Amino acid sequence: MQRLSAENVTLGYDQRVIAENLSVEIPDHSFTVIVGPNACGKSTLLRALSRMLKPSSGRVLLDGQAIGSMPAKKVAKTLGLLPQSSIAPDGITVSDLVSRGRYPHQGLLRQWSSEDERIVAESMAATGVAELAGRSVDELSGGQRQRVWIAMALAQQTPLLLLDEPTTYLDIQHQIDVLDLCAELHEEQGRTLVAVLHDLNHAARYATHLIAMRGGRVVAEGPPAEIVTAALVEEVFGLRCQIIDDPETGTPLVIPAARQPRVKAPAQAAAAS
Amino acid sequence: MTVNLRTGTPRPRTLRAPGGISLRVEPRALAAGILLSALALLTAVVLIGTGDFAIAPADVVKTLLGNGSPADDFIVNDLRLPRALVGLLVGAAFGMSGSVFQTVTRNPLASPDILGFSYGSAVGALCAIVLFKADALGVAGGAVVGGVLAGTAIYLLSWKQGVHGYRMVLIGIGCSAMLLSVIQYLLTKAEDVDAARGMVWLTGSLSGRDWSQVWPLLATCAVLFPLVLGQGRALRMMEMGDDAAAALGIRVERTRMLLMLAAVLLTTAAGAAAGPIAFVALAAPQLARRLTRSAGPNLVCSALMGAVLLLASDWASQRVFGADQMPVGVVTGLVGGVYLLWLLVTERKAGRI
Repeated sequence: MQRLSAENVTLGYDQRVIAENLSVEIPDHSFTVIVGPNACGKSTLLRALSRMLKPSSGRVLLDGQAIGSMPAKKVAKTLGLLPQSSIAPDGITVSDLVSRGRYPHQGLLRQWSSEDERIVAESMAATGVAELAGRSVDELSGGQRQRVWIAMALAQQTPLLLLDEPTTYLDIQHQIDVLDLCAELHEEQGRTLVAVLHDLNHAARYATHLIAMRGGRVVAEGPPAEIVTAALVEEVFGLRCQIIDDPETGTPLVIPAARQPRVKAPAQAAAAS
Repeated sequence: MTVNLRTGTPRPRTLRAPGGISLRVEPRALAAGILLSALALLTAVVLIGTGDFAIAPADVVKTLLGNGSPADDFIVNDLRLPRALVGLLVGAAFGMSGSVFQTVTRNPLASPDILGFSYGSAVGALCAIVLFKADALGVAGGAVVGGVLAGTAIYLLSWKQGVHGYRMVLIGIGCSAMLLSVIQYLLTKAEDVDAARGMVWLTGSLSGRDWSQVWPLLATCAVLFPLVLGQGRALRMMEMGDDAAAALGIRVERTRMLLMLAAVLLTTAAGAAAGPIAFVALAAPQLARRLTRSAGPNLVCSALMGAVLLLASDWASQRVFGADQMPVGVVTGLVGGVYLLWLLVTERKAGRI
């Protein structure tokens, strides 16, 4: 039994059903990445796993208990989430924002222990934002800001960390930077990471466990090297492609098929010549 | 203490006690709080000394401590102290509820005036005045009922899988417009005497307030201030968005409902005692934020700032226009507005906005 799983969940907003009878297990200590085309339900699944969305049937289990019936603060000590859009309060400093990750461990009379202090410092060091500690978050670049949010999630000290499209809106070098950071956290700190990513090549390179979704169901799951094939990419994304070995890492690399020269109508061809 | 030179933000300091107790304070916010408390007390003393029969501040303090002459004692303790206390509590209630509304909706424009709660109170109070010719107590009751009804209606109308700030502001503006027509209808329909009474209530005034207004307001504040402050840390997390707050283990919808309810009750209780005094709830949190320069809702400083604003406005209105000539609501808009504009302009010059 894995620590986090969804059991026959039906997910949707209002009357619109996005996924029905979906079951997923997140392997412990994996870096799981969920991929799929737009509207396939990948973000919805992540929202359900992080208890932001209540399934209309079925349940999400955390350590064998239905996540919806657990005390909120207890869940927050086990499972962290980096939401897609968070708002940095005006003028807040980096260290102040990262400190807020300690909230579930604090109380009215225990507002700032020396352990909090240490963990916040460690989280900032692990994400490389320690030297920005006194800076205001508003002044940072997009990539730096994302690192700060990740540092806040780290400060929460949860064995499980869910990331909803952590690379969206970032430049390519910052995307790689954030993903390298995630891989590092996964390998060095042994945390279980679950991320939704748009870029299949990023997913194939960084994931230890890949879940490919389409139309609200899981089409394939497993280590990227085993499941990423041209047939799967065609089935999931409707894209013709070849798969080669990534020259850097040896992981599967998706090369989309070249544009087919369109057959010109005879009249047009005549006019052109 | 390390101070960030670029923003001038002081880092929080920690007080630790045995038994794992630790408290976090921001030095600048603490200093601002102490300054505002002192200012509020000072203004209250000066205000009590102001009127047709002026009393020197030293004598006011002496009388408050029970050592004054019998004449001073009557004027200070029976006539003017309740008025100052009502001003203090009403200002604090407006300041704190304004801070809650602005944080919960993540919108600096979200004050009870904009969201329509004040208009709900006003309709309730005007109904009592115009339709039932009620006495002061009846008017206060009407204001409470109207405010709570409007608050509930706006909350329910804003509900769509949880309440979202933006939606609530828009719905509040819609309700305000509607309630405003009702107010105008009632004023048009009213007899001259009632209409004049209604207008004074609508502007907000502290004149003639006695102990019978102090006690219910004090009781409301005594319950609701600690309740709101107890949720202060959760409110701080909710600034970062519902998902971020929920991920940190906050029951967002429940906390929001509790805080909104407390803020609506504070607003209506304050409104019932003094009328919907303009601008305090909108300006006080903004002023407090600029004074403390700390991110997040400054609940205590907002409340203190509200109290200072209201007492200072009342004092100014008495000095300039003479005792009980001009309702305080006229002056709060002016004083608060000028102060806020001045702050915004100087901040723009400093390049922070």
